Amino acid sequence: MNDTVATGNDQGKRDFLKYALGGTLLAWVVSVVYPLIAYLKPPKQAEVEVSSVKVGKIVDIPKDSGQIVKFGTKPVILVRKADGELRAFSATCTHLDCTVQFRSDMEVIWCACHNGKYDLNGRNISGPPPRPLEEFRVMVQNDDVIISKNV
Amino acid sequence: MKNRINTLYKWIDDRVHLRDLVEFMGKKYVPIHEHSIWYYFGGVSLFLFIIQVVTGILLLLYYKGSEELAFESIQFIMSKVEFGWLIRSIHSWAANLFVGAAVIHMFSVYFTKAYRKPREITWLTGMFMLFLGMGFGFSGYLLPWNELAFFATKVGTDIPVIGKPIMILMRGGEDVTGATLSRMFGFHVAIFPGLFVLFLSIHLLLVQRQGMSEPIEFEDSPPDGSQRTMPFFPNFLLRDLLLWLLILNVLAVLAVLFPWELGQKADLFASAPVGIKPEWYFLFMFQTLKYIPAQVFFIDGEVLGVLLFGFAGLLWMIVPFWDRKSSAGQQNRLVNYVGIFVVLYILLFTILGYIA
Repeated sequence: MNDTVATGNDQGKRDFLKYALGGTLLAWVVSVVYPLIAYLKPPKQAEVEVSSVKVGKIVDIPKDSGQIVKFGTKPVILVRKADGELRAFSATCTHLDCTVQFRSDMEVIWCACHNGKYDLNGRNISGPPPRPLEEFRVMVQNDDVIISKNV
Repeated sequence: MKNRINTLYKWIDDRVHLRDLVEFMGKKYVPIHEHSIWYYFGGVSLFLFIIQVVTGILLLLYYKGSEELAFESIQFIMSKVEFGWLIRSIHSWAANLFVGAAVIHMFSVYFTKAYRKPREITWLTGMFMLFLGMGFGFSGYLLPWNELAFFATKVGTDIPVIGKPIMILMRGGEDVTGATLSRMFGFHVAIFPGLFVLFLSIHLLLVQRQGMSEPIEFEDSPPDGSQRTMPFFPNFLLRDLLLWLLILNVLAVLAVLFPWELGQKADLFASAPVGIKPEWYFLFMFQTLKYIPAQVFFIDGEVLGVLLFGFAGLLWMIVPFWDRKSSAGQQNRLVNYVGIFVVLYILLFTILGYIA
């Protein structure tokens, strides 16, 4: 029997060893890499689900103005139009996440980052924003202005 | 004294054979020609990087990387720590000059086609370092936790195409919060420096090993002694050092006369401030995003913009592999036209970004 030529039996043993060792190596790599990747993923933190927020008295909100309201962890923009109507939208620009502001000179909701504009119904009317702002419901109860999620 | 130094030299030489190294250094020459001035910008970038490491370590002694303390700790550095204002201003100025010097270095290598065979790896490691330099700028920008930085980071990490998992990985959550600050801090002071030093070592090793690239015309001229060279050691090195000294002086003047502002502390519930702009080296991309409409055919404008910049950046990075003519020692005008277009585009949109 020649040393360099493996019999069928030897070849089978070799293949078995190759796969057993290769498989072990692979399992080892996975067991090292997986915890590292999992560690990088920030854990989900329990957030208090906010469904409505009391902003303040309606008499304190001037006409033709806008303000940012803290809605849980997200900013919401509350706009009071010149005719006194209240509207609320998500203040996060649908373009690249900046926080929008009310511009009384142009009567629009405006984003300073990339000059995106929304009308006072939250519709994207000019600039790069691809979608309208998400609308929130505004209610006035006993002079208190309350913003709630639009369900 | 001299005797002692000689003894020490001999002691080390016996063990690690310094003589080979000294001999190698003695044989290193720098070609002299009309484009020789561009050889200095790599060294300038290196010097500014060293400044960043030194001032960065100094800032680390007082900086606190958390949402509640970051802004206040930099206020403390700038108002209470002796010469803290100077160290912080130099760090900010040198960061900008570093990107500037690296960009000039990159364009000079591009236009003189120094990336051509056999220096493809040097070009690639250089491009990786330039991208890392921008990563340093982006991550370091957030560390003072001021208003501008907060929104710049929101925009910069909300880039479409890369996908939500990567965004969450960069932000340490769904939104830009204190968790993002911790991550950017980690990138800025540990991950990026580690990677940068790795690429820098390969880059410098290759420059030593392969010597300076010469322009194609220079290579062809007959070896009749008409080609002039200068020894690297000590002639070129001394010139390098003189330039570094000048740059350090310029840095000090800039830091004293135009101290870097800190701005307003970030407020997670404030509107983005009027006139918000990213750092100048991101401005041309930022300005382009402003001009692209919301929808182009069926693609989101921002997605299109990012895809175009990504594709252009990739083509730029692999220029040694598609510019076969230069590697074969022939002139390639197409490369020049592409380069001139890119320079003009960046200049135009940067200027537009400033005046708009």
